[in-house]
Amino acid sequence: MSIRTALCPTTAMAEERRPKQCTVVLPTESMKAMAESIGVGQLQEESCAALSEEVSYRIKEIAQDALKFMHHGKRRKLMTSDIDHALKIKNVEPLYGFQSQEFIPFRFASGGGRELHFYEEKEVDLSDIINTPLPRVPLDVSLKAHWLSIEGVQPAIPENPPPAPKEQQKAESTEPLKAVKPGQEEEGSIQKGQGATSAEAKGQCKKEGLIRMKPRSTHELSVEQQLYYKEITEACVGSCEAKRAEALQSIATDPGLYQMLPRFSTFISEGVRVNVVQNNLALLIYLMRMVKALMDNPTLYLEKYLHELIPAVVTCIVSKQLCLRPDVDNHWALRDFAARLMAQSCKTFSTTTNNIQSRITKTFTKSWLDEKTQWTTRYGCIAGLSELGPDVIKTLIIPRLTIEGARIKAVIEGPVVSNIDKIGADHVQSLLLKHCASVIAKTRPLPDNMEQYRVDYGYLGPMLCSHVVKARAQAALQAQQVNRTTLTITQPRSTLTVSQSGIGGSVGSRTPSIIKVPSSLTLMSTRPGTPTQPSPPATKYIVMATSAGASSTQQVP
Amino acid sequence: FHRLFILLVHAHFISKMAAVQDGQVDLEVEKKEIKTETSNDGSGNNNANSSSPGSTSLGATSKSPTGPAEDQQTLLAVLQFLKRNKLNESVDILRREAGLSVEIDDSPGSASGGAGSGGASNSTVDGGDTNSLLSRVSIAIPAAPAVTAAPVPPKGLDQPDVNVVLSAYSQQGDPDLYPLYYNGLKKFIESVLDCHRAELSQVFYPLFVHMYLELVYNNHEVEAKQFFEKFSGDQECYYAEDLRILSGMTKKEHMKGNETMLDFRTSKFVLRISRDSYQLLKRHLQERQNNQIWNIIQEHLYIDIFDGMPRSKSQIDAMSGSLAGEAKRDANKTKVFYGLLKEPEIEVPLDDEDEEAENEEGKPKKKKPKKDSMGSKSKKQDPNAPQQTRIPLPELKDSDKLDKIMNMKEAAKKIRLGSDNLPSICFYTFLNAYQGLTAVDITDDSSLIAGGFADSTVRVWSVTPKKLRRVKSAADLSNIDKESDDVLERIMDEKTASESKILYGHSGPVYGISFSPDRNYLLSSSEDGTVRLWSLQTFTCLVGYKGHNYPVWDTQFSPYGYYFVSGGHDRVARLWATDHYQPLRMFAGHLADVTCTRFHPNSNYVATGSADRTIRLWDVLNGNCVRILTGHKGPIHSLAFSPNGKFMASGATDGRVLLWDIGHGLMIGELKGHTDTIYALRFSRDGEILASGSMDNTVKLWDTLKAFDDVELDDFTAATGHIHLPENSQELLLGSYTTKSTPVIHLHFTRRNLLLAAGAYNP
Repeated sequence: MSIRTALCPTTAMAEERRPKQCTVVLPTESMKAMAESIGVGQLQEESCAALSEEVSYRIKEIAQDALKFMHHGKRRKLMTSDIDHALKIKNVEPLYGFQSQEFIPFRFASGGGRELHFYEEKEVDLSDIINTPLPRVPLDVSLKAHWLSIEGVQPAIPENPPPAPKEQQKAESTEPLKAVKPGQEEEGSIQKGQGATSAEAKGQCKKEGLIRMKPRSTHELSVEQQLYYKEITEACVGSCEAKRAEALQSIATDPGLYQMLPRFSTFISEGVRVNVVQNNLALLIYLMRMVKALMDNPTLYLEKYLHELIPAVVTCIVSKQLCLRPDVDNHWALRDFAARLMAQSCKTFSTTTNNIQSRITKTFTKSWLDEKTQWTTRYGCIAGLSELGPDVIKTLIIPRLTIEGARIKAVIEGPVVSNIDKIGADHVQSLLLKHCASVIAKTRPLPDNMEQYRVDYGYLGPMLCSHVVKARAQAALQAQQVNRTTLTITQPRSTLTVSQSGIGGSVGSRTPSIIKVPSSLTLMSTRPGTPTQPSPPATKYIVMATSAGASSTQQVP
Repeated sequence: FHRLFILLVHAHFISKMAAVQDGQVDLEVEKKEIKTETSNDGSGNNNANSSSPGSTSLGATSKSPTGPAEDQQTLLAVLQFLKRNKLNESVDILRREAGLSVEIDDSPGSASGGAGSGGASNSTVDGGDTNSLLSRVSIAIPAAPAVTAAPVPPKGLDQPDVNVVLSAYSQQGDPDLYPLYYNGLKKFIESVLDCHRAELSQVFYPLFVHMYLELVYNNHEVEAKQFFEKFSGDQECYYAEDLRILSGMTKKEHMKGNETMLDFRTSKFVLRISRDSYQLLKRHLQERQNNQIWNIIQEHLYIDIFDGMPRSKSQIDAMSGSLAGEAKRDANKTKVFYGLLKEPEIEVPLDDEDEEAENEEGKPKKKKPKKDSMGSKSKKQDPNAPQQTRIPLPELKDSDKLDKIMNMKEAAKKIRLGSDNLPSICFYTFLNAYQGLTAVDITDDSSLIAGGFADSTVRVWSVTPKKLRRVKSAADLSNIDKESDDVLERIMDEKTASESKILYGHSGPVYGISFSPDRNYLLSSSEDGTVRLWSLQTFTCLVGYKGHNYPVWDTQFSPYGYYFVSGGHDRVARLWATDHYQPLRMFAGHLADVTCTRFHPNSNYVATGSADRTIRLWDVLNGNCVRILTGHKGPIHSLAFSPNGKFMASGATDGRVLLWDIGHGLMIGELKGHTDTIYALRFSRDGEILASGSMDNTVKLWDTLKAFDDVELDDFTAATGHIHLPENSQELLLGSYTTKSTPVIHLHFTRRNLLLAAGAYNP
């Protein structure tokens, strides 16, 4: 036998793969059920067995024919119509009424020792159908052309699969040594003339020698890519809102950006650093929107650049001053937006090894607990924490409500220190009320007693109580829609509206085209110079924690 | 007596031709051969009836009473004889006298005549066959009388027919001994020398199947089941599909009407074994008195013995896998005229026009040498090309000539492809097709795309700015000034201009679609059993060709127009002319559905791929099967001829592309890489690159120039067909391009060698 298996290596495999095919036969009970359904009461066991064998055989035959129709229909999924056609060529009337695109609508039921499948037909009220609004008309078949390959190289456009799948980007960043090896293999194959297949897009495969000399981690950008980078970054921080929308859309969807990711990352982090000092609120908002767009792009492996992005985002949350006129400008919205971004990245990227969430939580709590912390930073810390979810609110924020309430009371009801402090306290108060009310509404048992609240939560108690009552009423109203037990990331309010310049609500109207090259682009004077000298890349993730600390120290005078 | 015998043999053929005309279709060349030499003749003929379900009653009526049928056959034989001797008048008279319908033969050299002569030539080939198989002479001789008897027994009902087929299994031994026999043979084959083992292992599968069927036929269900479970695991994995069908067959009743079973019974499984190995096997079986196995080998296997070195395991694996074993070597011996037809000379005035156009583009100098090269090329007659008039081709119209000139101009701008110069690929994605796109075709000039859909519609798109317009109604047409210069423009109805048009008419999914070369017509074949011809001037259906009673899987126009071929579930490919509502030729021989059909570039041959995992090449002139190519392990879904007509590529559900040399009938390459069914294959305009598109959402490019160069064709391999395939096909892979989620179901090289691909987005 060993000789035989050596002779034919496929046999062993085949034996494993093949189940005992002869034995698959329908149970005789099904035959009985069928017979009963057409009025044959008592069917002999033998007849049942004979019938089931025959029926099983015929069903297999039909299934085999149906497969033919599936293959010729160029599909991988067998559909009911295939069975119908198979029956038709056997001169059997097809089973009408089982046309279903997705699934076979049988339901299973058992009872009284009997099991059966039935076809559920619900009674439908005609008036319901007439009164319901018409569904959308399905779109007609249309043709769309795109370049799958240009002279042997697949262009990185949304129509094509991403040139470097996320797994590859991950492998390259987590195991740099390993990543070199497949790269070398690729280059080897280039010489054999199939390099075009590899992910080395953008015409780099012709510069074989260059590639081999360079370490893989730095990407040389092609001229087109450089141009693209320039246009995108200029549009993102420029004055034209339509162009910005297009650019952000491109960042969020384009599958070929991974090579430019380090540049974008540095652009954002340097940009935040410069603009925080200059108190340029608008630019900070633009940069945060870029971060959001990057995070929305499903083809990018961002983990490698978190050490630059997270400090930038944290700065926008907790920085002491983000705008020139803190009393007028709505920098609070930016803090809210950045806090949501932070929560989103915690949710997506936090692992047991990098511990982003717990480290971020610690950072926020530490500066919040600090007595000297300013109201703006205080607001940011609370916003950042509360976006992390109800659990965090419950364990970290609600216990401190009394202390915080006292502090707010001191500012609001005490002697007027400064208008700015007053505004800050006001915002912190409404923020706390907003976030805590919804959590308390879920956790605290009824009744909502104003006095009891005052005892429990101090100064904020009575206000909180009315908010909770409101929240409960709202929850009862839209019991289905409110679903905020988890992180509120994809809330509809994710667009950022700022009173300063017309930035708001542009995300909705995205035009699905690649960014056009603007003929003349007026750059804002306050725009930070595009970082031409990228800062040396940090070697490990740990850098992030220290730089987060650095950015938080930045705002402490 | 001798004379009578010949006459009867003729009568036999003619009766079969009549059967063909009646729509009984499963006659095949091999069966004809078998009939002249073996005792299974009667059953062979019956199979033809029974294996085409629903047609038996038809056959029965056409020759219902035994006596008259015999008379008629004699009459037909006489007719045939007269026709041979060019006594056409007598033929007519006799025909009128006898009241025979004219449909039996429409014109000299058409289907019936062709089939007749084909049959005759085949019987002579058979003679050689019998000689080579000395061991079988003893059986062959008593078979001769059976030939005369064959058509006589009346075939009334379906049942007796099948019984005749199956009765071959009636001889039985002790069912308990079957595993012992099989095991004994297995032990023996395991013990022989390595060089013979691979060859002899080929016997396992057919033996296994026939032993199992014998057990089932004789009602030994339990033993059959045990036998199957015990040995099915030993079979090669590429037979898994057939084994699954076999495993479902556990009762004698199931055997009636099961097509796979009938295929096994009616067509002998062909094995190629070297003489030494065969002697070894024979000696073993005779020593052991192992009659059961010996009988099966005698009855159901066709062992093609060759002299020389036994083949290796890989050589055997490359060629096996089809439903009925390998092709006999003799099946691929006929000369095939694979050369291209001479291009017609383009007249001077048109040439001038061409030159003007060239001048406009500002490069008049280049023109001269190009023209010379073209001229010399077309003047030289390819020795392998068929005669220009071998089959009648339609006359070139003025518009065709204009198109030819356009073609030449475009071809001059063609990019030369190669391993370092890959084509660009433009992908046409069908959006919102809801899994319903079943066929695509693109015109040669790449101006129109047509799609066939599961909802029975055919849609045509224009991919150039020129919109699709309908011709005006008859009433409006009569108002047009017919003398005006722009009459062709005036007849079009501007109001109907749109980017796409929908053609309604089929009543089932449209599986095949093909544009005519002149872009005036479109063919579509459907599940409803019809092939439809649509006009692209009026966007209406012109003809519905009925003949296939079952789904028609594929259809294609001849490269010269006028003719087209179709193939479907009824296992027959048919050749049609657009102006005949009945087929001109029936290509019968495949043992399962004909899944794809392609014309040879010279229009003299038709290639068909089938679910029986073979490819056959048919001669359009006489309807003969001239090549049988085995090697695929799954149903074949795509075929492509190289532009020079010398090579062919085929793709199957097994995800492999095989390359064939048509002249020698040899497999010359195997391209592995796809992981799913290959639905599209196309050679570039110069044949340097083969593009393959698959269900696995990729387009792959292969270096065919290298593949064809690498093949070493010495006399020995050419004679025996034993070819060493290069181990690594990865070296031939030039590129692989993945779509997001779109299976590739059509590929097309434009005249400038840009590759167009098409498929439906499948979210």
